[in-house]
Amino acid sequence: MTIQHKMIEARPAPGNTIGPVAWLRANLFSGPVNTIFTLLGLYLLYLLLTPTIQWAFINADWIGTSRDDCSREGACWVFVNARIGQFIYGLYPRDELWRINLTFAVFAALIAWLMIPRLPLKRWVALATLVAFPVFAYFMLYGGHFGLRVVETHRWGGLMLTLVLAVVGMVGALPIGILLALGRRSQMPIVKSFCVVFIEFWRGVPLITVLFMASVMLPLFMPTGVSVDRLIRAFIGITLFQSAYMAEVIRGGLQAIPRGQEEAAAALGMSYWMRMGLIVLPQALKLMIPGIVNTFISLFKDTTLVMIIGLFDLLGIVQAALSDSRWLGFSLEGYVFAAFMFWIFCFSMSRYSQYLERKLHTGHKR
Amino acid sequence: MRDNKNKWVLLTSAAALTLGAVSVASAETLENTRERGVVQCGVSDGLPGFSAPNDQGEWQGLDVDVCRAVAAAVFGDADAVRYISLNAVERFTALQSGEVDVLSRNTTWTATRDTTLGLNFAGVNFYDGQGFLVSKDLGISSAKELDGAAICIQSGTTTELNLADYFRANEMQFDPIVFDTSEQTVGGFEAGRCDVLTSDTSQLAALRIQLSEPDSAMILPEVISKEPLGPVVRQGDDQWFNIVKWSLFAMLNAEELGVNSENVDEMRDSDNPNIARLLGQDGNYGEGMGLDANWAYNIISQVGNYAESFDRNVGPNSPLGIERGVNALWNDGGFQYAPPIR
Repeated sequence: MTIQHKMIEARPAPGNTIGPVAWLRANLFSGPVNTIFTLLGLYLLYLLLTPTIQWAFINADWIGTSRDDCSREGACWVFVNARIGQFIYGLYPRDELWRINLTFAVFAALIAWLMIPRLPLKRWVALATLVAFPVFAYFMLYGGHFGLRVVETHRWGGLMLTLVLAVVGMVGALPIGILLALGRRSQMPIVKSFCVVFIEFWRGVPLITVLFMASVMLPLFMPTGVSVDRLIRAFIGITLFQSAYMAEVIRGGLQAIPRGQEEAAAALGMSYWMRMGLIVLPQALKLMIPGIVNTFISLFKDTTLVMIIGLFDLLGIVQAALSDSRWLGFSLEGYVFAAFMFWIFCFSMSRYSQYLERKLHTGHKR
Repeated sequence: MRDNKNKWVLLTSAAALTLGAVSVASAETLENTRERGVVQCGVSDGLPGFSAPNDQGEWQGLDVDVCRAVAAAVFGDADAVRYISLNAVERFTALQSGEVDVLSRNTTWTATRDTTLGLNFAGVNFYDGQGFLVSKDLGISSAKELDGAAICIQSGTTTELNLADYFRANEMQFDPIVFDTSEQTVGGFEAGRCDVLTSDTSQLAALRIQLSEPDSAMILPEVISKEPLGPVVRQGDDQWFNIVKWSLFAMLNAEELGVNSENVDEMRDSDNPNIARLLGQDGNYGEGMGLDANWAYNIISQVGNYAESFDRNVGPNSPLGIERGVNALWNDGGFQYAPPIR
């Protein structure tokens, strides 16, 4: 009898239980039914993907300047290529584009600073983003001071306008939404009824109606010669509309916080704003992240509705380009491009919200 | 008590003043435009050949050229235009409220619009009308041969009504196939769901290019409805109305007299009295509109005459390739007729 004093080396798992082969066996081919469905799925995917790839890549035309450079066998990305500047910057004067670039570079830098956890001075950067940046953006994009030429808002458009509308909507809707949500839970009858009426009114009308009212009815009520810029009308309409939705999302989060939290804070002698700002909202906002981001994403996509009041957002400028008689008949390419751009932005927002949730999941991990 | 009364008097007179100011303001479009430095022009948010931004982001089209002509007449600079894109619903409100000075947005001149909306149509820059697009394989040359045809129509437009009227009047039968959007309509036509596609002729040209083989289809000569399209201004400012009207007439007169953007400088020395009057060499015909004698010269040198504008935007030099047809000058078999400048 031999005694081995050393532990036997752990052997690798059998070849058929690890690696891609095992994964395939466990997940795709674990039985006859699953095998059939897997093969069927692969076949459907093949049917769907081959023509798509053929159209979008293999038969597509990439280089050129006019419709004559397109063979019409696949996608004609020449169209998107020729118009890409317009799709991103709208009808903004070509020699002033650096202003948009600089504004969005500063914005991206500020947001990146806020998002990366290691960087210091968060509070000041947040303050700069919320207070100083909008002023800076106004002077840069609109101009009229510091030797910058005025670029009127009817020349704004494309992705830039979509982003401006979305950012203004988000930045405006969140604080108004918080106030409305707190107001709706308030004991004070006037504040409460005002908030209820406001929220129910704006939630009860479609955004398209709000925009139509702002663009068709509002000018008739104004004295002759006085006209509010259409972009500002859109800002106001979108912000008020979205703040009502935001208020309900936030109220949902507030209701999830046990009453004891607020009562305990009150017992410590905290004022209303301290109780809300230090105890209730920090806990509640964390719970609301999916809902808030959901609202933001839908807001981002809703900005396309400004098309109906004659503003050229990303989708609007694509449609305007499609009606240039030199580029008739490339609607599929145009819409695919617009969809792709929207997807990039919405998907990144949703990924960031997931990251934020994981990071803030300190207490309630389940 | 006295104080209160005074307050009321003050308020009422303030209100009266405001009202007075409003009615005066409506007759000052030229002055306001000069002060602003640009003509505010309402255009379509994208209609092939009539108004659409080009690759460089500049607005182009037949309707856009009307805006440019007005700006050239007023400022001597055809680029002094602020384009405001309007959809079909808000176009009249934008004009009534003063957001735009001219509405040049393929708007059909009808009795209702001219008489009930407080607007004036300043002329016709394109005589449109409903027509038919057929496949050349059918071997048809007239709409009278369309008895029993399957016809693709876009729903919710007056085209359906006009079509039914036309076929009833000619005692013919047809089989309507209705689609929601113009793209679907083209798709239906191309897939062979119908023999004929009907729409306004200006749109038929744009739809034809979207076919995979545009040359396989042709537009029939018959036009079955009247759609005169033209620029619109607010009622009550006759001076501005005249400026827009005569900007259009100047382009038509220039074509009739053979003046175009290339020869306009040589033509200034012309012996033809009509040309001399048009170009401000003999008398000042801009004075009555508050403009200088060069108003028409500026239009022709910067925008061109009507034929140039037509050819470049919707005619043979554009992808649309629409024939002049009824839009030819009166002495050329068309309807375009401008009163003389004298």
